[in-house]
Amino acid sequence: MPVRGPALTEQDAALLEQGPGPVRVGLSVNGAKRTLDIEPRVSLLDALREHLHLTGAKKGCDQGTCGACTVWVDGRRALACLTLALTCEGHEITTVEGLSEDGELHEMQRAFIAEDAFQCGYCTPGQIMSAVALVQEGHAGDDDEIKEWMSGNICRCAAYPHIRAAIRAARDRM
Amino acid sequence: MTTMPTTTPSAIGQPLDRVDGRPKVTGSAHYSAEIPLPDMAYAYVVGSRIAAGRVSGIDASAATAEEGVLAVLTHENLPRIAEQPPLVPSLAGTAAPGQTYFPMQDDIVHYAGQQIALVVADTWERAQHAAHLLRVSYEETAPVTTLDQGRDRAYVPERIFGGWIPGRIERGDVEAGLRDADVRVEGTYTYAANHHNPIEPSSTTALWDGDTLLLYDSTQGVNATQMTVSRLLGVPMQRIRVIGHYAGGSFGCKAMIHAHPTLAAMAAREVGRPVKLALTREQMFTSVGHREEQEQHVTLGATREGRLTAIRHHKLSPTSPFDDWAEPSLGTSSQIYACPHYEGVYRLFRANTMTPTFMRAPGEASGMHALECAMDELAHELGVDPVELRLRNHTDVDAMSGFPWSSSGLRECYERGARRFGWSGRDPRPAMRREGDWLIGTGMATATYPVAPLANPQRARARLYADGTAVVQAATPDFGTGVATVMTQVAADGLGMSVERCRFENGDTDLPNIAAAVGSAGAGMISAAVHSAATALRGQLVNKAVADAGSPLHGADPVDVVVRDGVMTAGTASEAYTDLLRRNVQPDAEALGQWNPPAHDIPYGMMTFGAQFAEVAVDAELGLVRVRRMTGAFAPGRVLNAKTARSQLMGGMLWGLGQALLEANHMAPDTGRWANSSLAEYLVAVNADAPDVDVELIEVEDDIVNPLGVKGVGEIGQVGVAAAIANAVHHATGRRVRKLPITIEDLL
Repeated sequence: MPVRGPALTEQDAALLEQGPGPVRVGLSVNGAKRTLDIEPRVSLLDALREHLHLTGAKKGCDQGTCGACTVWVDGRRALACLTLALTCEGHEITTVEGLSEDGELHEMQRAFIAEDAFQCGYCTPGQIMSAVALVQEGHAGDDDEIKEWMSGNICRCAAYPHIRAAIRAARDRM
Repeated sequence: MTTMPTTTPSAIGQPLDRVDGRPKVTGSAHYSAEIPLPDMAYAYVVGSRIAAGRVSGIDASAATAEEGVLAVLTHENLPRIAEQPPLVPSLAGTAAPGQTYFPMQDDIVHYAGQQIALVVADTWERAQHAAHLLRVSYEETAPVTTLDQGRDRAYVPERIFGGWIPGRIERGDVEAGLRDADVRVEGTYTYAANHHNPIEPSSTTALWDGDTLLLYDSTQGVNATQMTVSRLLGVPMQRIRVIGHYAGGSFGCKAMIHAHPTLAAMAAREVGRPVKLALTREQMFTSVGHREEQEQHVTLGATREGRLTAIRHHKLSPTSPFDDWAEPSLGTSSQIYACPHYEGVYRLFRANTMTPTFMRAPGEASGMHALECAMDELAHELGVDPVELRLRNHTDVDAMSGFPWSSSGLRECYERGARRFGWSGRDPRPAMRREGDWLIGTGMATATYPVAPLANPQRARARLYADGTAVVQAATPDFGTGVATVMTQVAADGLGMSVERCRFENGDTDLPNIAAAVGSAGAGMISAAVHSAATALRGQLVNKAVADAGSPLHGADPVDVVVRDGVMTAGTASEAYTDLLRRNVQPDAEALGQWNPPAHDIPYGMMTFGAQFAEVAVDAELGLVRVRRMTGAFAPGRVLNAKTARSQLMGGMLWGLGQALLEANHMAPDTGRWANSSLAEYLVAVNADAPDVDVELIEVEDDIVNPLGVKGVGEIGQVGVAAAIANAVHHATGRRVRKLPITIEDLL
């Protein structure tokens, strides 16, 4: 099995020199180091869901259009379906499973429940990962700003007014 | 049997947080493609590139040579189905295939995207890659997919909608009614095809253990999946279990059982491993049905005073080569206004499409748009306020059957909706209000959705443990409706316990009950069963206590026993359920509840009513439409949970916004393929599209529909919204746009 050589420790060079067979990829997910043998074409989303059984990030379109797969890479929002897993080596991945600490729900998770900001729940992890990030980015000042910055996350149940209410509530407590 | 003791309902109606909230916000809720099984294989569906013709050859050599590929299944080697069950809506509690056609049984191509091969491999990536290596050759013929291509070959079907609705509905003499009218309005309305697009694509995980099959399926009815797969595979019911604990939305596309669960089971049997089959987003446009493209023609006749004399409502739409399907758009227009003469006619033509299917407010969403736009036009023509016009034609009986409504509340919906919205004093003249670049207008419409008649006894099981906790069970899945939450509340009240001590277990064919939760019927039918089971168990425990010499309640009359927080009290004597069980060394107590729905011919009209109001701003130069606010007032019988009910109604109203302004797919006439098969091209409402929504709940008592008087909130929220918005666009601009969605080019 090819293992990444020392010359390839620079990120971005990795894509050129590996595959097509499985390669060893080290990921840091929610603070834990994980090692996977996966083909270079495996997306971060499929690495999380199919190989690490972290199914919080959802596959809604696999095309970067719905936002259900939103995770953080080094604290920044990323679409896991459009990100190759091996490009994430050396970066910290955070999924919805890593948001609550010691079983204590994050303020945003609590607010989503209290405001009934979801129905089927399938887009919810992505909504929450976006919502926390946009509060941290300072993009949750008012409803117009929230509407704009949350429009990459589709909620087909259309809980949008409640999602805004949850973000307002959590924003003031975060 | 003794008279049932009573409790004071306290949990029902409360705005309880969802019981499945925590798993959903933490990512620990497992949907049907998220079941980790050892040795999992992945199936990838290959759809036909052509819309009509035949598959003349499939060269799978490159695909099968790929590492990790386990099987390539095509019409040449896929096992034949045992039997094709008829298309019957899953509410009936029978097998419910989405169409009477199963793929890969021969080489004929009926529609683009029709499944022609299944590639199974040890990883998702390998299956997907190998699928693209298949070399498929076709013999292609010219497809028919659009209204203009099929118009000349249309026919009036005997029945539509799985045989439930006649193709022609008439009363009186519509020609005479139109002749007698002082005023007529007439218009043709066109509708783009719509797709459900739940964010979770349909998916099934299949696992065989010998000759027993376990399916994890994303479905509105686990039993519907079980019965359909059983018939198609010829595997007895007792050897198929279906689990669907979570489904990531449905809106009708998981109401009927399409081919993929059966294909997953076939693939798993073929490769001898568990198989996960998840449709891609693109495949969701060609595999699970859709709301058909359609054209409706409405003619209204009325007296000068605004009383309807005639309604003529015709519809033309494409259906599949296999089934006479149209969503029943002409139902409510025959029922909800007092009008002596009515004629509704469906016309269909065979097209290269799969059978269309239920989509939220199936029929009413389009039909009430046409009717309510025509009513607005009539109001304008007569110089009568639109709310007033509807009140003048209000009926206390179902205008088609003549039977009184089991309950209504429609007048209150108009009144309270109008008051909350600030309707009174509206200047009816169009194109009179301007704020900067924006033309402002308001519009309203009636909302109606039938209370579905049920066929089967509804069953649930209630079990109390000696530790004072209870489990209540029914098979029904929760695909976002909140059924798990509200049934916990119904169970708690029935048992006389707190909701914290009750748990509703669902989404599994091993649990009681049969019918799929469709047609806004889930809350009514499941609550009837759960209420029955919980009160049966309470009655059993109370009867046991009063007959038990060791109980403080010994000798009390059961009707005098009140149960609250798990404590039975009669006068000054009381005993907890737990004490009763422990003293009798009884680890648990259990009861099965059953409710038999009323016969279909009961002399009542059963309908849910509401009223919709919307304000729009239209950019005078750009034609951009923004919905600024919406009010909906609804009378859904009893509300089981004010929070989840409001959410569903709000979601329905925003679906109406999407229907009005965004959602469209079109067939390319030359290729017979959908043009907008992604979420980048098929537009649905996003956060920036969605205004805050005002939902008013008007509770009406109804002791006819079911024991708790629940009429359902799943679809009524959408009905009438598109008409209210279109009417508001007219009020803003003076332009009548008789098509959906209304897009910028319509207003330039």
